[in-house]
Amino acid sequence: MYTLSVSPHIHSNLSVKKIMWDVIIALVPALGMGIYFFGTQVLYPVVISISTALITEAIISKIRGRKTISNGSGIVTGLLLAMIIPPGVPLWLPAVGTACAVILGKEVFGGLGLNIFNPALIGRAILVASWPSFMTTWLAPQSGWFRRIDAETCATPLAIVKLNLTQELPSYWDLFIGNVGGCIGETSAFALLLGAIFLFIRKRISWHIPVSYIGCVALLSWIFGHNGLFTGDALFSILSGGLILGAFFMATDYVTTPITPRGKIIFGLGAGIIVVLIRLKGGYPEGVCYSILLMNAVTPLIDRWKWTVPKKFGKINA
Amino acid sequence: MLAINYKLPARNFWGGIHPEDSKTSTHTKKIQNLLPPKKAIIPLQQHTGALCKPIVNIGDIVKVGQKIGDAQAFISAPVHATISGKIVDISPMPHPLGTKVLSIIIESDGTDSWAIEEIKRDWETLEPEQIKYIVQEAGVVGLGGAMFPTHVKLSPTENKKIDIYILNGAECEPFLTADHRLMLEYAKQVVIGLKILMKATGVKKSIIGIEQNKPDALKKIADEINKESDLDIDITVLKVKYPQGAEKQLIKALLKREVPSGGLPMDVGAIVSNVGTSFAVYESVVERKPLVERIVTVTGGGIRNPQNLRVRIGTPFSNLIEACGGVKEEIGKIIMGGPMMGIAQHTTDVPVIKGTSGILVQTKDEVCDKPEECCIRCGNCANVCPMKILPNVITNSIKNDQFEHAKEYGLLDCMECGACTYVCPAHIPIVQYMKYGKTQLRKF
Repeated sequence: MYTLSVSPHIHSNLSVKKIMWDVIIALVPALGMGIYFFGTQVLYPVVISISTALITEAIISKIRGRKTISNGSGIVTGLLLAMIIPPGVPLWLPAVGTACAVILGKEVFGGLGLNIFNPALIGRAILVASWPSFMTTWLAPQSGWFRRIDAETCATPLAIVKLNLTQELPSYWDLFIGNVGGCIGETSAFALLLGAIFLFIRKRISWHIPVSYIGCVALLSWIFGHNGLFTGDALFSILSGGLILGAFFMATDYVTTPITPRGKIIFGLGAGIIVVLIRLKGGYPEGVCYSILLMNAVTPLIDRWKWTVPKKFGKINA
Repeated sequence: MLAINYKLPARNFWGGIHPEDSKTSTHTKKIQNLLPPKKAIIPLQQHTGALCKPIVNIGDIVKVGQKIGDAQAFISAPVHATISGKIVDISPMPHPLGTKVLSIIIESDGTDSWAIEEIKRDWETLEPEQIKYIVQEAGVVGLGGAMFPTHVKLSPTENKKIDIYILNGAECEPFLTADHRLMLEYAKQVVIGLKILMKATGVKKSIIGIEQNKPDALKKIADEINKESDLDIDITVLKVKYPQGAEKQLIKALLKREVPSGGLPMDVGAIVSNVGTSFAVYESVVERKPLVERIVTVTGGGIRNPQNLRVRIGTPFSNLIEACGGVKEEIGKIIMGGPMMGIAQHTTDVPVIKGTSGILVQTKDEVCDKPEECCIRCGNCANVCPMKILPNVITNSIKNDQFEHAKEYGLLDCMECGACTYVCPAHIPIVQYMKYGKTQLRKF
């Protein structure tokens, strides 16, 4: 008996799994820099997060009577969550965060592809709301491979600005390389950009969201500077906090962002405005997480807006 | 002197994919003539349009080229006997396009005697209307696969001004090499066919588009055009990309004109024919041969000795596969046409019809049957769609029975080229949803 199916009869062999593994590979350099600056103990939350994600997924598949197909999305969620929590938190924290991310961020909607919000960011939002002190205590970075570091704490660059602390701001070089306080995987712009370039080369992400998002933050931060209009430090605002990680790895999440180029640019601009609003006027020093979550919420609306739909072939302008 | 530059500037269109072209197993192989079959099955529907009516009875003796099924409408094309012998049955038979179709079955008498005169016709003395009549009577249809009656194409609506005739030698489907070999071995006839077509339509200018991966065919055709300096025939190198040979994309690439949504090439002043069609026109007008045979590429991982065969229409697929050394191992899929738009067959008893450009045999391992996953909205489908629609949005609407919404987003613009499905990481059979959506729209 011959197989009968509708054309096409060949496939590019691209799969969801391959895409997910590309994202995982792209995150490795940033994780490496996290280990370098915050010590090998940052691997514990990473391992715990990923295993929690996989176990949670398996349990839910069992409950829902589905075959467990591990397409790597659980690993991405776990890894991302571990990278957006501070180093040195108690180890139950990433476990709780990941379980929330997988269950409330993804599975309640029906699983990967149907979720409205970025799962890892849902996990982080819950942790920040529930255990604010753990989530705002930062270990000071110390360079060197394979060692545990002292429990010396510091403030993040954005917190120094926000709270008008007397500390000196880190240099651009330290910000770029990641030698500042912050979440495990967010501090090294350099390593994150390496990963982003990999994703670009593999054509996994497009420029629309990262460029409009980061561009918008840079522009608005420059305009609304602390010492009056057009005095802001655009470069500092890009390199500090979680903007680079968010722009290239979370705001580019396929499922929760618009599909069309125009929709993506609206998403990026909107998220950029929210980040600057939170950083300047909000109660938190950083707003990347909420900016993306809020724009996730309006993504279905953006997609419905006819203006964002590209002009189809042969359509006569009327 | 017409010179072709193979590198610059290869013409292109928006979107599309680059599947492995897999043509090496047959592109150097000469076209072989396959002996007429012992039994031919001639379906009365081998074209877009109305079914033909049989004009012979069971028991009649027919000769090759004799008309046995006549068109009952303008958009239709007659069918001819492709072997000489006795009509043994007129009944519904399995057809490569799916359902059973009323077919005339001829049993060979082994003589292969023809019902046509052997004196060549001087086409240059013919009037356009005479050419159209000959082409219509010969049952010539578009041989690229769509099988649209050629005489209809040659009679555009009065108010459409046609200024260019495009000959399609792109052959962008992977695996297929029938057109490539035809251009190499019958370049002269192809060019004469084009000239006949130009005369029939009164068009003074023509472009032949050929993909960059066939430099030998480009050269052959260019040489042939250079011999005929009186006509304005141009040759253009096309970028190797699927679906470069799709009518609208080809016109866009060659002329930068965009056929309006729901429109036809004649809306932008162009007519497009396949090189195979132009060859068939040559044969019908000059050699007086109706469309009784065509070139078929028999290929794929499951075929022992892939070849390009010239076969009589009505020959069962099994004969062609046998002529190519049979199958290697357990067969997964038998496809009429190329891997991107071809149609999977449930039996090899189906006959070669006018639109059979290839028979592709896949082994069990080559068949892709990954389970459908949930759409992750990666947007790959929209990035490759040559019609610039949003296949994922349309698929979602169809899944939710919102056919009008799907139509609003361009469901009817979809030509089912399969580029979206080829790149979909979630293995969603988008083309299948599109086909289903279209049939549902037709119901309302």
